[in-house]
Amino acid sequence: MKNYLNYIAVFLAMGFASCEPEFDNPVDEPGAYSRGEADFSTYVALGNSLTAGYADNALYRTGQENSFPNILAQQFAKTQETNDFSIPYVDDNTGGLLAGGEQITQNRLVLSVVDDDTLPRLYTGAQPSTDVLSAVEGPFNNMGVPGAKSYHLVAPGYGSAEGLATGAANPYFVRFASSQSASVMEDAMLLEPTFFSLWIGNNDVLGYATSGGAGEDQTNNTDPATYGQNDITDPNVFASVYSQMVESLTATATGGVLINIPDVTSVPFFTTVPNNALALNAETADNLTGFFQALSQVFMGVLVQEGVPEPQAQAIASQYALQFNEGPNRFLIETEASETNPLGFRQMTDEELLLLTINQADLSQGYGSVRMTPEVMEVLGLLQQEEQPNEAQVQMLFDAVAAIEDKDVLDSDEIENIQNATTAYNEAIAAIAQANELAVLDSNALLGGLAESGYPFDGGTVTSTFVTGGAFSLDGIHLTPRGYAIVANEIIAEINDTYDASVPLVNIGNYATVTYNNDVQ
Amino acid sequence: MKKILLLGLFGLAAAVTYAGGYRVSLQGQRSLAMGHTGVAVVNSAELAFFNPAGLVYLEDKLNISAGASAVFSEVSWQNDEFGQTFDTDSPVGTPFYVYASYKISDRFSLGLAAYSPYGSSVEWPADWAGSHLVNNIDLQAIYIQALASFKISDKLSVGGGPIYVNGSVNFNRNLSRNLSDLEGNRSNVTVDAGGVSAFGWSASAMFNPTEKIRIGVNYRSEIMMDAEDGDATFSNIPNSPLTPFENTTFNASLPLPAELSAGVSYELLDKWLLAFDYNRTYWDVYESLDIEFANAVPDSHNPRNYKNSSTYRFGLQYLANEMFTLRVGYYFDESPVQSGYFAPETPRNDAHGFTGGLSVNISNNLAIDAAFLFNRYAEVDESYDYYVDENGQTIPFEGTYKTTAFIPGLGLTYKL
Repeated sequence: MKNYLNYIAVFLAMGFASCEPEFDNPVDEPGAYSRGEADFSTYVALGNSLTAGYADNALYRTGQENSFPNILAQQFAKTQETNDFSIPYVDDNTGGLLAGGEQITQNRLVLSVVDDDTLPRLYTGAQPSTDVLSAVEGPFNNMGVPGAKSYHLVAPGYGSAEGLATGAANPYFVRFASSQSASVMEDAMLLEPTFFSLWIGNNDVLGYATSGGAGEDQTNNTDPATYGQNDITDPNVFASVYSQMVESLTATATGGVLINIPDVTSVPFFTTVPNNALALNAETADNLTGFFQALSQVFMGVLVQEGVPEPQAQAIASQYALQFNEGPNRFLIETEASETNPLGFRQMTDEELLLLTINQADLSQGYGSVRMTPEVMEVLGLLQQEEQPNEAQVQMLFDAVAAIEDKDVLDSDEIENIQNATTAYNEAIAAIAQANELAVLDSNALLGGLAESGYPFDGGTVTSTFVTGGAFSLDGIHLTPRGYAIVANEIIAEINDTYDASVPLVNIGNYATVTYNNDVQ
Repeated sequence: MKKILLLGLFGLAAAVTYAGGYRVSLQGQRSLAMGHTGVAVVNSAELAFFNPAGLVYLEDKLNISAGASAVFSEVSWQNDEFGQTFDTDSPVGTPFYVYASYKISDRFSLGLAAYSPYGSSVEWPADWAGSHLVNNIDLQAIYIQALASFKISDKLSVGGGPIYVNGSVNFNRNLSRNLSDLEGNRSNVTVDAGGVSAFGWSASAMFNPTEKIRIGVNYRSEIMMDAEDGDATFSNIPNSPLTPFENTTFNASLPLPAELSAGVSYELLDKWLLAFDYNRTYWDVYESLDIEFANAVPDSHNPRNYKNSSTYRFGLQYLANEMFTLRVGYYFDESPVQSGYFAPETPRNDAHGFTGGLSVNISNNLAIDAAFLFNRYAEVDESYDYYVDENGQTIPFEGTYKTTAFIPGLGLTYKL
């Protein structure tokens, strides 16, 4: 009897042992994927908001979890033993920062439905709880600092609490800098990275772009200490700082990936509000054309009265006799008043862009064309009967023109400045990548393609369309988890190519897009 | 001894998928040890399940068989494109049986049976890669049957009886591949229905052309389990009119398919018994798992498109001595799941079953029956191609599956 029981015990033991299913080629065992010539054991990501996982105009936990460096780190870990990828997590999913209890940045945006309008609105369901003065202890692998420009990463004291008030420090970095005097670069090197990603330079043009070109183009000014927040960084400054950083990183890292700067015109912040959204029916088109004919004539009179010779006055005034047609028409924008354009407005050209932050309700109330009040109509009536308006009435006519302010628009000069700088930065990045034999992701082409034709995946096509396209978060500049997953996959493809590795991709269909929530004001 | 007995007494309800679809073929330790053959074997009250017509050929007046199995089963899934891998952590299933027959006269026996031939309990890690198809499922069905067995002649008998089924289902899945609330918790739904009852029947015949040969045939009817007004509970839903998922009730139907068995046994040199069974399970009734919600939440349609499947069973018994009877067996179990319909809630491909066991006669009246079953499944690259996402896109769920199952069981046979 006892013997039989022993046999049974052996059987049972064998049975339990056989209970673990074993694959012929298990993906979670060494050798399933190759790191090639790369060494991912300590991966450090350096950059700005796009590296941090910033989205919806805020930094919050799930955004950080879905940052492209965190996605990469999870995939790298499938090729070899890697150290944990540490992230300076904020304290909540509300977004918004406090400094000593005072809120200093806004809560995240969520997609909400109020009065049948589905729009991004500020999330107010909870108070922000991340105080930048409560430091978190590093070192951290994700060294993405929202708002940082290229030269900020090497600036000592960029994380000093004292520098917050003067604007010399960055609140995000204040929270996790190793010391008051540390630079982002120094802190990144604490971990002695074996592999890195560097995506910096976006803010070197973006501040200028999102302010509607309010800052200066500092090209040829090589002293960043004199730059304002909305200025374009000089490409030489960019190139020098950038190569300095790559040099530091490659002191310990045997490989890395550089990510270049996308074109602002591929980002929904600049492409969502069309410049020809002035939709007119036949009657209003005629009215507007009539208005500008009248304005042109009146202005011609004013010029002649001021002693401008008639042919010249004719030439100047005729630019204001704008034609409007039934259907979409381009808006008017402000331009600097000059001898050739004394009234300081003109119609937008095809390539010029309106910003997402423009007051879109106001656009349907005459902003961007003419505010047609009864008083203005009265003056027009007067002119139609060939009566002479008085000075106040003439002024009223000129004042009725509501051209779009500079802060709401990127005009062709501004776009050119941005694109010149972007091109110069990207040339520098390409050259530095080549010199250091690093992988490089052409995010300029990637986001351009997203905007142009979309990015196919198993659930359809991801596009750049605001809110519904899937790639961009509700701030129109930063990406959704799905957008970041696309970036991660494209980076993986470049790394595999450059380092002869076989890091597996992620399934971008598993990554979310915009967040729905109705806890809004 | 105590430890082994405990194994058999884990409980008496749940069951794990390890036979085709959610059929759980563990309806008697003696039969199981012989590859779960039994439609033409006259051995014990296990006939109540395998072939009630045979009950009348049992020599004793009163026959009781009872037992349970412990199902240790694990499924692993991996996807080499994305480097993902997940393992189920399913609870131990414990299908059971209790059979009794009583000989009223030489020609007539009555019987009672309770058994659990269908069930499934699969638990994947929450929010795993296939969580939009299933996070976990627990399906149970207990059959209770009254039986009559009538001897027409020494060569021919018939039997059968009505079946009452009581079942329950609990099923959780995520609402999509990525929807979550603001905190990142994945939105999911649990459907739960208990106390679902239905009726069916079985009928059988046994023919003994010679003293050594028996031939049996048994048919168990299809039983449709209609869950009505079950509870559908939605969790972690974003607070938004764009995701209007309110808790509600649901209706759903799940078929327990009909099964036809035919078999033959042959007694050799007094001590040996050979048995062969063929089972045909009419799975084609399981076309789709449709969950209809009572409120505005869109109904969930999940094509299954199962095909009828066959199982081929072989068993051998050896009467070693007065005390010990030894048994071995093998079966090949064809999966009813068709390629492209491989859903991770019943991740099943063809199985090879290897069985063995013994009976120990404690006394003239009482025996202990032990059996074990190893199931071998080939590694299989499969997909479920009929998931439709929130945008109407059909998205396949692909991967490599590998299943193992090890099932020890214990039972008692009493005769008087």
